[in-house]
Amino acid sequence: MGAIIEIDHLSKQYGSGTKALDDVSLTIDEGEIIALLGPNGAGKTTMISIICGLVVPTGGTVRVGGHDIRTDWRGARKLIGLVPQEIALEPFEKVINCVRFTRGLYGMPPDDAYIERILRALALWDKRDAATRELSGGMKRRVLIAKALSHQPKVLFLDEPTAGVDVALRREMWQVVGDLRREGVTIILTTHYLEEAEEMADRVGVIAKGRLLLVRPTAELMGEFGKKTLNIELDTPLDAVPGDLADRGVVLTDGRHLRYDYDTRAERTGIARLLGDLAARGITVRDVSTRQSSLEEVFLSLVSEDAA
Amino acid sequence: MSALNWHGIWAIFHHEMTRFFRTIWQSLASPVLSTVLYFVVFGAAIGGRIQSVEGVEYGAFIVPGLMMLTVLQQAVSNASFGIYFPKFSGTIFEYLVSPVGWIEVTLGFVGAAAVKAIMIALVILLTSFVFVGVHILHPFWMVAFLVLSSLGFSLLGFIIGLWAKSFEQLQIVPMMVIMPLVFLGGAFYSASMLPPFWEGVAKLNPVLYLISGFRWAFFGLADVPVGTSLFAVALMVVVCMAVIRWIFATGWRLRE
Ligand SMILES: Nc1ncnc2c1ncn2[C@@H]1O[C@H](COP(=O)(O)OP(=O)(O)OP(=O)(O)O)[C@@H](O)[C@H]1O
Ligand SMILES: [Mg+2]
Repeated sequence: MGAIIEIDHLSKQYGSGTKALDDVSLTIDEGEIIALLGPNGAGKTTMISIICGLVVPTGGTVRVGGHDIRTDWRGARKLIGLVPQEIALEPFEKVINCVRFTRGLYGMPPDDAYIERILRALALWDKRDAATRELSGGMKRRVLIAKALSHQPKVLFLDEPTAGVDVALRREMWQVVGDLRREGVTIILTTHYLEEAEEMADRVGVIAKGRLLLVRPTAELMGEFGKKTLNIELDTPLDAVPGDLADRGVVLTDGRHLRYDYDTRAERTGIARLLGDLAARGITVRDVSTRQSSLEEVFLSLVSEDAA
Repeated sequence: MSALNWHGIWAIFHHEMTRFFRTIWQSLASPVLSTVLYFVVFGAAIGGRIQSVEGVEYGAFIVPGLMMLTVLQQAVSNASFGIYFPKFSGTIFEYLVSPVGWIEVTLGFVGAAAVKAIMIALVILLTSFVFVGVHILHPFWMVAFLVLSSLGFSLLGFIIGLWAKSFEQLQIVPMMVIMPLVFLGGAFYSASMLPPFWEGVAKLNPVLYLISGFRWAFFGLADVPVGTSLFAVALMVVVCMAVIRWIFATGWRLRE
């Protein structure tokens, strides 16, 4: 499948002087789901805002479906649906009218059957006649999603779609995203949860300080950063790691502690075997703990690598 | 340039009109009430002394001014509030990311504001029939001036709404600039009733040209030539559209 979004050397410096985006280039294929990860203030929203037409770039170009966002903005914008990070809805308007309105703005003739379908898919049909100010935060976010889908876009931007959404609903939203993918919609989402990216995205892009540090297939990235460390506290200190255990990568950090790095995604983590072997040698284990490198650490290591 | 997005224009227009009809009684009650008050105060009290202006009964003479006063007030407040509210609530982003340009947004918002102002003006005309007999000499030109003035001041209100950063700013221009211009523009008197010096000053007031033209359509009386009035209001429409076009082209107070 061909490229649907082509971002070429995109930069943005706000009037305040903040350099929010620094020479970002990225090509996104049709039908792909890409997750943008990055700490607060990394430039994720800025990037989305430029593509959607809310923010004017200071350098570079973007094409959506072959339409340049500056010179052929009508063509580009027709293809895009945006769910913004901040919830903004007309407080006194009925849910269904909000959705109809957006469809009209995008130049599409009314289609109540289609609007009923999306409202049902987003569990909003029962609330269709409620004013938006009567809805909970999670419901409001779903109204924004319904609006963004109202004109059947080919590209959907979801800026932190699951912020403030409960766990059950979060799963439901992933479902909705899955359905959209099957219909061939290209999705760009931002999130702070590695888990969410892992669940939904084909590729993950990491942004920090306005730079796109890497873009990789999710599986590859998870393999690399999906490592865990097992710490074993021993009852009695050891002088050295027993011979064959050292070959498996077990190290003695100090006399009383053994460390073992393993891959959570591997078929066999080797933990059970390791604990069995220790028991067989009469080494008594007092306590075990595991630790996973967090997203924050991933960012930090990437950013420091980048600075080096 | 690609074709206009008519569904987009209709969506905005319809949305604005719905807001108006949701509060139709409030929207109509206050202009009607103030019209009645103006008739009582100006018509009965002053009219008792003035009798007639250039052969027109005073009660009837003030009808065009009264309609124009309401049109300008309503057009400015409807259009400025219409675009300011989405800025305030954050929903303005939708207009900026969808395939609607300045023409669609302007036609939708300004069209709705002008239609509302015209509807209210017509209600005032009907109300005034209760009090005085009003005969309209040039109905076509009366409608033309009504439509053009509504458009011109809706466009002006739209600019004010785009410019305003707070509710205070939204109120201040109509209060401090537009209202005085309307009152000094001969809404309730003829500029020819003023001493020559003040008559000259009054003619610097653009609103005078609107009211004069509008009154001519009713009674055939004008302070300034009708052609000049028509030119003035057409000029206002064109200048305001140019300003709005510039605002959208540069993204001033809209885009970062
Ligand atoms: N309108 C603005 N004016 C000036 N600076 C801005 C504006 N919007 C964002 N910035 C700055 O640009 C940088 C990037 O902000 P952006 O909102 O794109 O980050 P983000 O990655 O979306 O963060 P978050 O995860 O918190 O949503 C920040 O330093 C921010 O302060
Ligand atoms: Mg953001």
